[in-house]
Amino acid sequence: MRRLAVAVVLAGLPAAAPAQPASAELQTLKVQGNVYLITGAGGNIAVQTGNQGVLVVDTGVAAMADKVVAAIRKLSDKPIQYVINTHVHADHTGGNETVRKAGLTYVGANVTGNLTDAGVGAQVYAQDNVLKRMSAPSGVQTGVPFGAWPTETFLSGRKQLFFNGEPIEIIHQPAAHTDGDSLVLFRRSDVVVSGDIFVTTSFPFIDLDRGGNIQGEVDALNNLIEIAIPGVQDEGGTYIIPGHGRISDQPDLLEYRDMVTIIRDRVQASIKKGMTLEDAKAAGLTRDYDGRYGAKSGSGTGEMFVEAIYKSLTKKK
Amino acid sequence: MKLRLTSLGLSIALGSAFAQGPGAYNPVGPGVSLAGNWGPVFHEDAHERGPGPELVNYLGLPITDGARMYGLAWDASRFTVPEHQCEVHIVSYIYRGPYNLRIWEEHDPDSQKLVAIKQYIDNYQQTRTIWMDDRPHPSDAAPHTWMGFSTGKWEANILTVSTTHLKWGWIRRNGLRHTDQATLTEHFIRHGDNLTHVSILTDPITLTEPLIKTQDLVLRIQNGQTWLYPCEPVVEIERPRGTVPHYLPGENPFLHEFADHYKIPLDAALGGAETSYPEYQSKLKKATAK
Repeated sequence: MRRLAVAVVLAGLPAAAPAQPASAELQTLKVQGNVYLITGAGGNIAVQTGNQGVLVVDTGVAAMADKVVAAIRKLSDKPIQYVINTHVHADHTGGNETVRKAGLTYVGANVTGNLTDAGVGAQVYAQDNVLKRMSAPSGVQTGVPFGAWPTETFLSGRKQLFFNGEPIEIIHQPAAHTDGDSLVLFRRSDVVVSGDIFVTTSFPFIDLDRGGNIQGEVDALNNLIEIAIPGVQDEGGTYIIPGHGRISDQPDLLEYRDMVTIIRDRVQASIKKGMTLEDAKAAGLTRDYDGRYGAKSGSGTGEMFVEAIYKSLTKKK
Repeated sequence: MKLRLTSLGLSIALGSAFAQGPGAYNPVGPGVSLAGNWGPVFHEDAHERGPGPELVNYLGLPITDGARMYGLAWDASRFTVPEHQCEVHIVSYIYRGPYNLRIWEEHDPDSQKLVAIKQYIDNYQQTRTIWMDDRPHPSDAAPHTWMGFSTGKWEANILTVSTTHLKWGWIRRNGLRHTDQATLTEHFIRHGDNLTHVSILTDPITLTEPLIKTQDLVLRIQNGQTWLYPCEPVVEIERPRGTVPHYLPGENPFLHEFADHYKIPLDAALGGAETSYPEYQSKLKKATAK
């Protein structure tokens, strides 16, 4: 339990991806094994169900949280015991408080007697940097309510659980989309949840202000490729639930990794030629992918992607 | 042949005699049977379908500027990357070279209603399902596949198929690819022992107008060889992890190769909708006459 008892300032968290806004109706799809996908609540939400209970990966935006709980309840009436956050952004953590309150933590022995609220709500897991960015130093107040913060964090490379008869790995990807990204691998169901390291709706949003970096993003995509094993005839096999967009497999991910790598190489070459950031942004380096991945405005545009790469590659170490 | 014609005639006759109300299923019509083993006829676009297209030969393809840039960045060494080695030809391209195509029907055992027309394409060992039972296409969030999700309907004796949920795949296997937003309309037209396949590919991202292609197949009396596709990737070239072979903008060394070999202007080799129309020939003649 690494709950920081700090108070803070309004430091609200941005929603990451420009596309796939929260919609009025949620949609639930079975992915495979024990894992389901809920879309329409901002970022994608994964739900694992089984005899022991329910585990939820990401919780969407706050405004959709009640509907998310209702959608989970259609999948299972067992207790929601775990919430895992892939990263800090509000379109993935906004529903934490509501989803957590809808669940419970089993406690026993002396804990029950000593901490009367120990069993209240589900446990919320995340990499430690997620908590650091949601909370704030003593004396200041954060925009994220205390009840939405992770209750359990991990510092090392990975955290392992065994739940509903399946091994689950939460694997930290340092300095990629942010500095607190995790992949969540359901080893028996053969499903991996990528958070916003991989989205099918836009260019990657590299959140430099929250520790993101293009090289970490490329490394994380390559890690994901190594985890995802395609099925017969190079299709299916391990399914990937992206942070936004549709269910994917390794060949889909491969297209995305190639795109990110190619554009990184182009920006790198531009820097070597002495081009300024403005020159690189105006050079049309993403033109072959703009039609597919370029958001019209906001984060996820080609120009923003080039800027994030340029700044990552020229950042003084 | 005579038997088949007789059966067809009988089918049409029965279809009329036992006509039912709107929405009721008539198991013997409309439509003809496409069932059987079909082999390709390569007289059409033989060069592209056999040895394969030249690098930077985009002639006659209605590609966007973005698709052209994608193609020019593509390095054929991409095929040596293990994860790319077993990539299947997408359904919008695979009929360029099915070495054997088996078609059969699946019927509901109780009603004999036609549920699906199935195809086995031994090139890349693909089994394709064309649903004939009016089911809706899946959610936008559902996975995309090499064969996509297809529904069919009979338009007189032509089977018309609509396909969504495609992966990225070849427009031409020299680096031009359509995206996963593409959709495909097909017509399967049987003329006795010959089958014409018409494909109409639409992708607002890589094509400025639909790309229409045809392929012909012939009925095989003997069962053709059914090849399997046991593909296992291997490391062919040791490279740093995550390397993606590609050319930087303006650095494709093969840019002029096809155009120079055939003595045509580079603009023609670089394709675009204009290069697919007959009028372009006269424009070319004027350009090359100068």
